[in-house]
Amino acid sequence: MTIHNMPSSSTGNGDPDAFLVVEDLNVEFPTPDGPVQAVQDLSYRVGLGQTLGIVGESGSGKSVSSMAVLGLHDAQRSTITGSIKIGGQEVVGLNEPGLRKLRGNAVSMIFQDALAALHPFYRIGAQLGEAYQVHHSSASKRDARRKSIEMLDRVGIPQPDKRVDDFPHQFSGGMRQRAMIAMGLINDPSLLIADEPTTALDVTVQAQILDLLQDLQREFNSAVIIITHDLGVIAEMADDVLVMYAGRAVEYGPCKEILVAPEMPYTWGLLSSIPDVMADTDARLIPIPGNPPSLLSPPSGCSFHPRCVHVDKVPGALCATTLPELLPGGRGPHHLKRCHLANPAEIFRTEVLAEIAPKMVEEN
Amino acid sequence: MADQDTTTDDLTPERSRPGSEPQLKPQVLSFDEVAAQAHTAAQLDLSRGSVLEVDNLKMYFPVKAGGLIRRKVGDVQAVDGVSFQVPRGGSLGLVGESGCGKSTTGRLITRLYQPTGGKILFEGRDLADLSNKQLKPLRRDIQMIFQDPYTSLNPRHTVGSIIGAPLEVHKVVPKNQILPRVQELLEIVGLNPEHYNRYPNEFSGGQRQRIGIARALTLNPKLLVADEPVSALDVSIQAQVINLLQDIQKEFDVAFLFIAHDLAVVRHFCPEVAVMYLGKIVEIGDRDSIYSNAHHPYTQALLSAVPDVKQAAIGGRRERIRLEGDVPSPINPPSGCRFRTRCPIAQEICAKHEPPLLQIGKRHKVACHFPGPIHQHPDKPITARLLGTDDAGSPDPGATPSSQIANKPGYDDTWYDLDAKTFGRA
Repeated sequence: MTIHNMPSSSTGNGDPDAFLVVEDLNVEFPTPDGPVQAVQDLSYRVGLGQTLGIVGESGSGKSVSSMAVLGLHDAQRSTITGSIKIGGQEVVGLNEPGLRKLRGNAVSMIFQDALAALHPFYRIGAQLGEAYQVHHSSASKRDARRKSIEMLDRVGIPQPDKRVDDFPHQFSGGMRQRAMIAMGLINDPSLLIADEPTTALDVTVQAQILDLLQDLQREFNSAVIIITHDLGVIAEMADDVLVMYAGRAVEYGPCKEILVAPEMPYTWGLLSSIPDVMADTDARLIPIPGNPPSLLSPPSGCSFHPRCVHVDKVPGALCATTLPELLPGGRGPHHLKRCHLANPAEIFRTEVLAEIAPKMVEEN
Repeated sequence: MADQDTTTDDLTPERSRPGSEPQLKPQVLSFDEVAAQAHTAAQLDLSRGSVLEVDNLKMYFPVKAGGLIRRKVGDVQAVDGVSFQVPRGGSLGLVGESGCGKSTTGRLITRLYQPTGGKILFEGRDLADLSNKQLKPLRRDIQMIFQDPYTSLNPRHTVGSIIGAPLEVHKVVPKNQILPRVQELLEIVGLNPEHYNRYPNEFSGGQRQRIGIARALTLNPKLLVADEPVSALDVSIQAQVINLLQDIQKEFDVAFLFIAHDLAVVRHFCPEVAVMYLGKIVEIGDRDSIYSNAHHPYTQALLSAVPDVKQAAIGGRRERIRLEGDVPSPINPPSGCRFRTRCPIAQEICAKHEPPLLQIGKRHKVACHFPGPIHQHPDKPITARLLGTDDAGSPDPGATPSSQIANKPGYDDTWYDLDAKTFGRA
């Protein structure tokens, strides 16, 4: 499987030398109403220079799993099992000083809401400089300031030597997001986790930020995880895609595979419920019925079965009783799916595509 | 109402405590049933005239100096001379970046603001200067759906009293008949009518937005102003709400002014679209004119910036028109064309003269000196002669400004032909 115009071709999920290796990750939070299994049996890999896109609705566990990578869950209030290896180092169970060495250094995170993530009382430069000085104890304040200006310049903020002394509220939304990216990249991290980095932004600014992220990734050769619910962003950015539902991976594979030949009804639902700027106007907008399930009392069997419109195509009550394994489907070992359907490709082509892209079916 | 079935398991609010209520057995539909209830993109119906006509609408917010004497130092020109029509029972989309004045326009039409100038003709009656008392009977006809379903519902009121409040305020039905109407409305928007005595916090985001829609429908409005009705919702829920709005439009013949920044959603919902930039409409037209045949460089840049799922088949990023920098401040907008500071094709005339919103097709108007399809913009300003200037924008003694460039709502039978460079029928 090759993807054009990409700095590195996708290696799917079989890369043994991946920089980030997550295996059988489980995250559980105790609550007064019982334990919440926020993430279950999650495994994925991201190599250097590669981008993994994680898609899912709110509450599907996409942010929780990435926060676990940074060790941001309170050990007292959460149970994390499984393994997370960053550049060979195990993160699960690592002590706080060890984690602190990783955070902002080898791994850093860009948050969705830049106004909430930046401290309103401190100048942009001070916040950037602090991130630098924490990991460069020998650096002076002047070094930190010079580095801050350099990074602001690098992310495309005009007059960085003046803007470095501004407060966050003096920046526009797009500039704040740039400042956050600058802060995330100030220590040349090998892994960057971007949690909904462009959701609050206008399309034109979103395009600027995505261009910037891609340029910087090329320059620093870092591994990137981009968490979003916008499949368009995934299509343009990601090498691999992980679709999550109710805490589990339901489909995982190279971007082109997942978005062009999806094999799981939830992915079909996501594709059919977003309108497209170029689609023909005969295309229907088909919602996924119902709401995401509560993780306090997840549905039996496949967690998607109460909302799945293709349950009738699986013999018996298999969907409601047995949780399908995440296994390769009919399209080779790289494309994993968690579904009981025997002939997903056929159903997707004849039923789903016929409604959401009538012209595409006629052409084929 | 066709929508009820699709949301059967929507009836159990997910935020309620588990076990506190009987779980309704979710009824699973087949894909065909769900698909049959979904809608294709809305189509334009020209035969029915317009319900709302907005003529040269202006809203300036005063900017006051700090300190003891708060003297006025300027204006935020949030909306500056906007004209459009909303067809009866149809919908007009209003798109643009944040701060372009699209929400202000919506709030002007519902008269949450008093406009600085211009006319809002609702069924022929001007709303712009009416007092609150004169407005009250008219408010029944124009209602609003808000963006954030978490802040637009009072957490201390039950759903029944939220939806029933308009009936009480306008004294439409006797008090004892409010509840049946509330239950009817809950059913219309696909919620369980038994849930009228619950509080908003017991419902999920999508369900709350349905409550907001039910409240807006209570008084059988003729026009709904929907300000980003789906942008706060999850993708899978967005499609449910859009389909619901389309159901409502068909069944109750409501016109929509649909304000959103998501170009794809607007394209699906609205047969006609207006693109705004810094308080002005830069391009307006039917769906094909805007999405397949945009002539304004801003519309083209906006469209090229939308990430495209189909790109996955090719890989990499789509070629796009990069817009540098941010939107300038509306307190001190650029002279001439407001987009010129970020425009890839701006010339001298753009700084001197504001381009008129010129009709260039049957239902297509554009405000640009150099209108043309992407990469095919003309070298010389087509508007120079109409404005009575030479190509650089300096006054030309030999030319007289044309009378055919008035900023007015609606479309004419004749328009400026870009190939022939004259007014006439195509």
